[in-house]
Amino acid sequence: MFDNLPLWPERASAGAGNVDALYIFLVLLAGFMSAAIFTMIVVFALRYRRQPGREAEPIEGSNALEITWSVVPLGIFMVIFAWGAYIYFQERTPPRGATEVYVVAKQWMWKLEHPEGQREINELHVPVGRDIELIMSSQDVIHSFYVPAFRIKQDVLPGRYTTAWFRATKPGVYHLFCAEYCGTQHSGMIGQIVVMEPAQYEAWLSGGPANGSLAANGESIFQQLGCPTCHRSDTQGRGPNLVGVFGKPVLLEDGRTVIADENYIRESILSPSAKVVSGFKPIMPVFQGLVSEEQLTELVAYVKSLSQSPSGAVGVAASATGTTQEPKE
Amino acid sequence: MASAVIVPERENYLNKEYGIRSWLLTVDHKRIALLYLISITFFFFIGGFFALLIRLELLTPAGDLVQADTYNKLFSMHGMVMVFFFLIPSIPAVLGNFLVPLMIGAKDLAFPRINLLSWYLYIIAGIMMLHCIVTGGVDTGWTFYTPLSTAFSNTKVIEAGLAIFVAGFSSILTGLNFVVTIHRMRAPGMTWSRLPLFIWAHYATSIIQLLGTPVLAVTLVLVVCERAFHLGIFDPTRGGDPLLFQHLFWFYSHPAVYIMILPAMGVVAEIIPCFSRKRIFGYKAIALSSIAIAVFGFLVWAHHMFVAGISLYSALIFSALSYLVAVPSAIKVFNWTATMYKGSISFSTPMLYAFGFIGLFTMGGLTGLFLAALGIDVHVTDTYFVIAHFHYIMVGGAVMGYLGGMHYWWPKISGRMYPEWLGKFAALIVFLGFNLTFFPQFILGYMGMPRRYWQYPPEFEVLNVLSTAGSTILAVGYVLPMVYFLWSMRYGKLADDNPWGAAGLEWQTTSPPPTFNFDQEPVVTWEAYNYDQIPAPPEEVTVER
Repeated sequence: MFDNLPLWPERASAGAGNVDALYIFLVLLAGFMSAAIFTMIVVFALRYRRQPGREAEPIEGSNALEITWSVVPLGIFMVIFAWGAYIYFQERTPPRGATEVYVVAKQWMWKLEHPEGQREINELHVPVGRDIELIMSSQDVIHSFYVPAFRIKQDVLPGRYTTAWFRATKPGVYHLFCAEYCGTQHSGMIGQIVVMEPAQYEAWLSGGPANGSLAANGESIFQQLGCPTCHRSDTQGRGPNLVGVFGKPVLLEDGRTVIADENYIRESILSPSAKVVSGFKPIMPVFQGLVSEEQLTELVAYVKSLSQSPSGAVGVAASATGTTQEPKE
Repeated sequence: MASAVIVPERENYLNKEYGIRSWLLTVDHKRIALLYLISITFFFFIGGFFALLIRLELLTPAGDLVQADTYNKLFSMHGMVMVFFFLIPSIPAVLGNFLVPLMIGAKDLAFPRINLLSWYLYIIAGIMMLHCIVTGGVDTGWTFYTPLSTAFSNTKVIEAGLAIFVAGFSSILTGLNFVVTIHRMRAPGMTWSRLPLFIWAHYATSIIQLLGTPVLAVTLVLVVCERAFHLGIFDPTRGGDPLLFQHLFWFYSHPAVYIMILPAMGVVAEIIPCFSRKRIFGYKAIALSSIAIAVFGFLVWAHHMFVAGISLYSALIFSALSYLVAVPSAIKVFNWTATMYKGSISFSTPMLYAFGFIGLFTMGGLTGLFLAALGIDVHVTDTYFVIAHFHYIMVGGAVMGYLGGMHYWWPKISGRMYPEWLGKFAALIVFLGFNLTFFPQFILGYMGMPRRYWQYPPEFEVLNVLSTAGSTILAVGYVLPMVYFLWSMRYGKLADDNPWGAAGLEWQTTSPPPTFNFDQEPVVTWEAYNYDQIPAPPEEVTVER
């Protein structure tokens, strides 16, 4: 019933309705509270306006009232907190098996790469009903990926990956804004999300010029940089075997254990000595400044593809490993 | 006016000495307050001028009035000037400086020379800021986010950062002076439980200034070092962490909001009992809530960073803590409202500002509940919803409180009355203009208009036009008081010592007070706000139209 009121943007993702529901609840609550306080002020001001012959009654306060109007609001606040936290939890937890789209932000444009290799600038085509996870990094300053129609926003940082996810529910074209001030053309760093019916999307996907999947491109960079000399797919290499590493806990030389996520892979490429895997020496050269943000993205996609079974999701390089055995330490 | 000539003028702090030296070298807290009043008014109008240019640019969706770079400088310098050179010093350095010693029955602040020093630091910082503005300005936003500020902006970041660094010391010294004064200089009988709530509010504010401002100073020095000497503190390409900057910055800048709003709450707690002829409802609750705000205010900074890349669990904790800090603010609103119950209420200008304050602060506070809700914040943070929210607190709240306080104590400060009908008219204009300017921005924000946009998609145009229209009305409302205050200094009716029939020691001395405030040291034997023992002023009793 609210769809035709121009008081909020279109509701085009699975999560948008939840956000609006809490918003409407809060608008009603805030409206009620404001109305109650304003009414009291107006009523008191008129009813007790200064008149000859009437004195103010000395009233000092009331502990019962103080406790009531501390505890009751706190209770209401905790409900809002829990509701808001529940939505946030969903927003921040991408479903398993979501399609991964890599986003690289720079002053002042968005570069987006589909796992199939399609690249777009300031535009992202997605099908209705598919979970899309955005894996984002920035080449320069902090940006923020904001799609009002999906009610999602996530800052995009230099030097690390941040993620967000959505499932579009309604075909259409929606604003993509940069929401974190990023310099001169901040307000020009806008694009659009094109949500299509799945059939149309497949047509779009096959129509565009693909330049090889992300992971395949990553593999060729992997070869060019000479990585396979050490990172062999057996246990004889001077560096750890990367097959099956992604998403698993890794024991480090200093005794800590970290999960091998995107940020870990990224850091291990750019400054390898930061977290050395147990049993290996810190002999890997530093790649900071030698690989571009997009190459880095492709390398990470390649390492990730080494942990997917060949029959699995899209984008696995066919010649990736030649081995599907259980991952080792 | 004729009668003014006959009465020989008593010696007071204004006519004791004349000449520029007697002002620039004064150690009288009241004269220093006036020096601050003139300086912060100057910066208020500079910041306001930037604001009007911003609103004019946003009248149309296209970026057509100024260049993108110019627009970015305008909102950056609007924020820096208004926050650091107007709002933070506003009530403490003007009204607080003038009133803290008077209200507690002291001759002056504990460190009169340090008080003068803090004004000079403010002036040095102000000149540095003006120099920065006229030689090209700065475009990082008032938030100085890294690595934009340290590695990418090619404007005067170092100049602006150092100006704010110096202004911070002015703020720290004022806070230090208040803390020591309130502890050590109270008149006999002025116990902690008899202190006016204005003093409690300033005490809490001073604690924040003392503990928070050094962190801002450190942060700005780090920004300057990274920019000038390429240290890798915040810039990830040199091994730094950009989020570290945000943690440090908001560790000060969130409590800074309470530096701005707490003193205004103190003003309102003086005005409402006076014009309701009643002791304030829940004295202890209001006093303690000021302290609670000062303490909890330090524990919520990361609610500015829910989408910045902090962990899920730290976001949960900071969201929950943010709701805790809302409770003491709610307590205050309820107590102010309850004070009016069965009072004897007069609609004088200061009271109109107090009504305005409660209304706008309530709306600002309630929309804070939206922003503290994680799921909502993701959508509305960095949009106009946030702009509207914090202007309701910092302009609707702090500036309404400041103007209310200026009207309430103007007779004491100047010895003259302002024209009452103009005062009421201006209060109404400010209230209407403010709401027309900022209410549409809540809707704009939820519709998704990001902040700091020089140009915007056409669907946001109507609400932006409304907002710009409101800002012109608001500007009139702000110019009016300045005009009639100046007018009243010469032509206003002479003020009685206690024109409002107010409780409080500041009303027991002459208007304007003598240099050392009281002819005899006062001895306090009564509770604050003993309005049941003070008759209402005669002319106010017959307010009937």
